[in-house]
Amino acid sequence: MSTDEFTVKDKVAIVGIGETKYYKRGQAPVSEFRLACEAIKKAADDAGIAVTDIDGFASYSNERNDASRVAAALGLPALRYSNMFWGGGGGGGSGAVGNAAAALVAGYAKYVCVFRALAQGQFVRFGQAPAVRALSGPAAYTMPYGMSVPAHWVALRTRRFMYEHNITQDALAAVSLAGYHHAQFNPRAVMYGRPLTREQYDKSRWIVEPFHLYDCCMENDGAAAVILTTADRARDLRNKPAYVMAAAQGSGYRQGASVENAPDYASSNFKSLAPRLFAMAGITPRDVDVAQIYEHFSGAVILSAVEHGLCTADEVMDFFTFENITWPNGKLPINTSGGNLAECYMHGLELVNEAVRQVRGTSTCQVKNAEISLVVSGPMVSPVSDLILHG
Amino acid sequence: MAHEDVKSPYYLPPGMPAPKPAPDGLDTEFWDAARRHELLVQRCRRCDAFQFGPEWICHRCHGEDLGWHRVSGRGRIYSWERVWHPAHPALKDAYPYIVVLVELPDADNVRMIGNLLGDPMRDIAFDAPVEAVFEDHDEGFTLVQWKLTG
Repeated sequence: MSTDEFTVKDKVAIVGIGETKYYKRGQAPVSEFRLACEAIKKAADDAGIAVTDIDGFASYSNERNDASRVAAALGLPALRYSNMFWGGGGGGGSGAVGNAAAALVAGYAKYVCVFRALAQGQFVRFGQAPAVRALSGPAAYTMPYGMSVPAHWVALRTRRFMYEHNITQDALAAVSLAGYHHAQFNPRAVMYGRPLTREQYDKSRWIVEPFHLYDCCMENDGAAAVILTTADRARDLRNKPAYVMAAAQGSGYRQGASVENAPDYASSNFKSLAPRLFAMAGITPRDVDVAQIYEHFSGAVILSAVEHGLCTADEVMDFFTFENITWPNGKLPINTSGGNLAECYMHGLELVNEAVRQVRGTSTCQVKNAEISLVVSGPMVSPVSDLILHG
Repeated sequence: MAHEDVKSPYYLPPGMPAPKPAPDGLDTEFWDAARRHELLVQRCRRCDAFQFGPEWICHRCHGEDLGWHRVSGRGRIYSWERVWHPAHPALKDAYPYIVVLVELPDADNVRMIGNLLGDPMRDIAFDAPVEAVFEDHDEGFTLVQWKLTG
């Protein structure tokens, strides 16, 4: 058996994308479950298949709207694959796509839908600690000290990295301003029509240093979905396929060690994945035309970019400038829909949709001749995942 | 800066979640020792590896005979942050505050989270030396806090 048979490269494509209207937290007029179904229906429409052609689901981060309920609600003739990527945060955004790709290559299913629905106005907010009287386990060593939400551990990792490599607030500001800039061209974006200046950024309140308000993702209601199928089926469908060139998932050595004890701490947790990703794709980081890099908090984008070889740690201050990472003139536009900061925090699945648009040529910030589109999902959690698409 | 106004001997205000030993008994000794003002780190009795947070198996040799080793309580600030947004209702009027991630050189650089006592607005150096301070709470638990030394 040749090694080629152990890869998903070019064997699978994303053929449909969909999303609901994106809302600020608490503003969705319908239930989270209905949002999930709507995004799935839109993705099927976009693909040009019937909803009932879908025979598999994959998701991540303890998606509440489970595959069985969705399959029953949509009257699917058969559910042949249902899969959940372990771990919290957005670490599974690309991983769920990778798992769908693997299922298709294995022949488990024909049309697998990856979806994520999140109505933070209807359920728990990620930015708030639980109001409980007592805690045991790893949380007992952190929450009593007010170290309780993702912003807190992402800030600790980011600050150590900034200290080690002389990185200043300017690099973080560039990420935030780029997201808001791109959102101004994207009518789907929650922050469409809400431009951000450096002055507003500097004056905005601290959440936790080094993160100002605008370094932090939004809290939203909505849903997004993509549909994958095999390359041979993809060719006959409505839209240009976005082929899965590579997908990787996992974690570095003891990155999941509790109470902030990952040995390699000032890391986005992509050091072990990125080489596998580029090896599967058969390209180098220089070949990437456009990147969607998960930004729960701006600083994580910087560490992710370094660990994917888009720049070195020493080059961060030159690479992370507004001019360099924005469409239309930047050398490598990043988060071209506005992403988690300014389009919608759909737990990073909106970044996959945008990566597909870029290779289709339909982004609202379309990078000229974009062929290679990178997605990085959920830095600084464990496990994490990443994905490369090509047109 | 509530730390100056509040008469409470605690760094953060009342109402924060209290630590409770794990129901499976994994870390009862740690919290009991903190009550006695002793800082313990889990250590493998077979290969002497330190590990923290505690776990049921040694990550290095896979031994299951894990004990607890008393450390000096001296460490250094590996990372730190000044928190301004109250993510818990009890912190509504109690910001900013400082969270430190402290490395313990005499336990193979395992790390612990705590608060750095004192003015939350002062400059704090990475790798600065610190020492454990035990914050006894009337409810029957003790937190491990940190103060700058030297």
